Amino acid sequence: MAESTSIPLTIEFTGGLELLFSNQRKHKVDLPSSKQSPNVADLITYLCDNLMKDPRKDMFVLDGTVRPGILVLINDADWELEGQETYQLQPRDEIVFVSTLHGG
Amino acid sequence: MDFDGARGSREVVELRLQIENLESRLATLKTQLAVAEKKDILTKSQDDFVAKPSIKPGTEDSHGALDFTNLKRGTLTEASHSRWPLQNEEYTRYGRQMILPEVGLPGQLRLKDARVLIVGVGGLGCPAAAYLAGAGVGTLGLVDGDTVEISNLHRQIAHSTATVGMSKVDSAIKYLSSLNPLVRYERHPEHLAPSSAIDIFSRYDLVLDCTDRPSSRYLISDAAVLTGKPLVSASALKTEGQLVILNNPPRSPRDPAGGPCYRCVFPKPPPAESVLSCGEGGILGPVVGVMGVLQALEAIEILVAGPIVSDASNGTVEAEPARPTLLMFSANSQPQFRSVRLRSRRKDCAACSSAATISRRSLTSGLLDYQTFCGTVAPVDMLPAESRISAAEFSNLPSDSRGVLIDTRDETQYGICALPGSINVPWTGDAKSWAAKASSLEDVARAHGPAHVVCRLGNDSQLAVKAFQEHTERFEAKDIRGGLRAWREQADPEWPDY
Ligand SMILES: [Zn+2]
Repeated sequence: MAESTSIPLTIEFTGGLELLFSNQRKHKVDLPSSKQSPNVADLITYLCDNLMKDPRKDMFVLDGTVRPGILVLINDADWELEGQETYQLQPRDEIVFVSTLHGG
Repeated sequence: MDFDGARGSREVVELRLQIENLESRLATLKTQLAVAEKKDILTKSQDDFVAKPSIKPGTEDSHGALDFTNLKRGTLTEASHSRWPLQNEEYTRYGRQMILPEVGLPGQLRLKDARVLIVGVGGLGCPAAAYLAGAGVGTLGLVDGDTVEISNLHRQIAHSTATVGMSKVDSAIKYLSSLNPLVRYERHPEHLAPSSAIDIFSRYDLVLDCTDRPSSRYLISDAAVLTGKPLVSASALKTEGQLVILNNPPRSPRDPAGGPCYRCVFPKPPPAESVLSCGEGGILGPVVGVMGVLQALEAIEILVAGPIVSDASNGTVEAEPARPTLLMFSANSQPQFRSVRLRSRRKDCAACSSAATISRRSLTSGLLDYQTFCGTVAPVDMLPAESRISAAEFSNLPSDSRGVLIDTRDETQYGICALPGSINVPWTGDAKSWAAKASSLEDVARAHGPAHVVCRLGNDSQLAVKAFQEHTERFEAKDIRGGLRAWREQADPEWPDY
């Protein structure tokens, strides 16, 4: 049973990040969970390896975490309020990756 | 009897009228007193802030702060000379907002007494300035070193066809003065520099970041923290916008009860190559307009709410905890607006924490180089001379030597204007797959002679030529140096300059 479980998540990319993910903002992702419960770090690795078709990985991930200038929101809150990469994902969590805009 | 009675009643009416007049005058004085008292509390807290040991006495900064308090007091005294606290025209002009319980006379007086600095008079700054001027903010300072260009006008509503070429600051003041001549406008027609930011910020109560690049966003945030000013920051690109209120409440560095600064939220700048400008990525006018209008709204709310009121009974100042949020707007999403909670001040923030390394001195002395901190994208120059051709040379090639012409712009730009006979293969960023796709196209595979590659400015086309050279066998590929911009300059002056 443990090997077949997965966690259903809603993933959204905004602020131009969607261009790296087939130009699609919202994605339904079933995150495989071989471990007890995967955290956000596991999700980022999974997205990078499976969902991201664009080869420019460093536009999303740099030095093992999301690159500077990307905010990660866990259920509408800055992930820094939720433990960042170590946050244990729950079914139906909504994770948003926002690239900051600079134009004006 | 009748005569006496008539005189009696006239006397009563006159006395009643006099009492009424005095009572109304008294009410006005009480309101003015309440505003003045609150102002005093604010001024004191600012004085405390300026007197903090980290700030060297005798610098021009503390001098600036003193000027600022004198100015504020001056305005108040001036107002109390007349019978009413506002000029007659102001009641009419601002009446529609003054009758809102959220504003009222005290709110209008606070707006009149306020000094707001707008950094950047573009797509955000124009609508923000228009609404703040309209609302009767007493003094508006405008900072921008650019001049008006015709490509600004679809979104920068304070500028006009007649002011193209004029400094953006002067162009905006021309517009704003006709909108509301009662506001005092202060010109800062230069790019904000670290050396002058502290001095300028010290003279204002609140700052709006309406700029368009990371380096200015870090500079503005640092200066706002160091001078203790709340900062309303917005940005926009394509069809999206973001709004955040920073350093609010503007507690001194080291006070964790203050609102987070830009560095708390984004300690490291984004890689320069990930940053797109409006010129590169595009911008829809109403999108950036919405964000600028929201900045004006937030500024008005902060100003009208007034300073923190002390509890007179025990003398403690009630600390309103910061509830930092990021408001995201997306024209094509449902819902269009979304508000998310942000973190509070970062314990190790370089600007606003007890571990802060950024000081007034590091700004004024020029020790901090914001350009270097944020990095720059070096112009692409990766090809040997034999792999490049100028636009003029290309235009002079006989048609049978032109080979195949590949345009690497996206479909939308290609749809605006394209060279006859060119083939559109948008650059994807992935050299290998792009080269495979381009070389598999029948027109490309069949072509005799070299593949010439062109793009908008001549950067992607170099990457594409390199991709051809590294990932395909037979191609001789050449980059048209400087792209279609050079084509316009050297070969076809009627080429659309979008
Ligand atoms: Zn900070």
